[in-house]
Amino acid sequence: MKSLKFLIPLGIFLVLVAFLAVGLKLNPREVPSPLIGKPAPAFALTRLDAPAQTLKRDELLGKVWVLNVWASWCAPCREEHPVLVDFARRKLVPIYGLNYKDTRPAGMGFLTQLGNPYDASLFDSDGRVGIDYGVYGVPETFVVDKQGIIRHKHVGPLTPEVLRTKIEPLLKELNA
Amino acid sequence: MPELLSRWMLALLLALPLAAGAKEAAPASADPVLEARVMRIAAELRCLVCQNQTIADSHADLAQDLRQQVREMLQKGQTDAQIIDYMTQRYGDFVLYRPPVKSTTALLWYGPALLMLGGLGVLAMVLRRRSKLPDDRFEPDQPE
Repeated sequence: MKSLKFLIPLGIFLVLVAFLAVGLKLNPREVPSPLIGKPAPAFALTRLDAPAQTLKRDELLGKVWVLNVWASWCAPCREEHPVLVDFARRKLVPIYGLNYKDTRPAGMGFLTQLGNPYDASLFDSDGRVGIDYGVYGVPETFVVDKQGIIRHKHVGPLTPEVLRTKIEPLLKELNA
Repeated sequence: MPELLSRWMLALLLALPLAAGAKEAAPASADPVLEARVMRIAAELRCLVCQNQTIADSHADLAQDLRQQVREMLQKGQTDAQIIDYMTQRYGDFVLYRPPVKSTTALLWYGPALLMLGGLGVLAMVLRRRSKLPDDRFEPDQPE
């Protein structure tokens, strides 16, 4: 026993390494959303392309849908957009946009220039609905199930890999 | 001429902080008591955009929006606890600079105390063992 004493500092060192290794792997940008497993917050917003038309959250009950928070001023959204356009073309799920703290002309211009993957974009000029959804870094993407429960949130640009490994399997499960 | 130029430069340099200060003045309501309460609550909340700042300190758009939200909720007569609840429902415990005590945060809250106890325990053990050692195990005191 006495001869193993020299191992104590080594043990302490290993515990430290374990803590630091876990700490290094955590991404402080990815704040776990408390909204997962909770009902998607209600909203009634006008459409980006039609200021007279209102869309409510409850109108989307009964189907699985994806909410993508975007803005014309957000550079990562530009990077994400082709991925989203491609995804929309495959018609796996209706995609709704939340045009966050933007202006109608800028938002419409963005879609005309880069393509429109959205079934509809909701116009959230003051960012209130964004706050309700806990948005802190555009782009963000939510998956909502048929009962209106948020099942997944992705912060940052969607990539083909994220779609393939996270979003698509979930959609399959929810639509089964 | 160079002297005149440098005076101008000096005047410009002196004016700079004034301009910067004017730009940073936050759009606040006229009521200083309300503003103080807004800032006190905002100082408890973490800004999610620049994570080591509170939403009271941060100039991020989101922080300004959240301060405005706090202001409006206070104007509606809601309590501090209701406002903190509102924020954690949306952004999670992460927004709290003082996280709640629960099983997942136990290590965070009690870890330092445990470390301290462990350290004191080891110190006591070492001291007790040394006090039992015969004198000849120690180096004799050196005369000055």
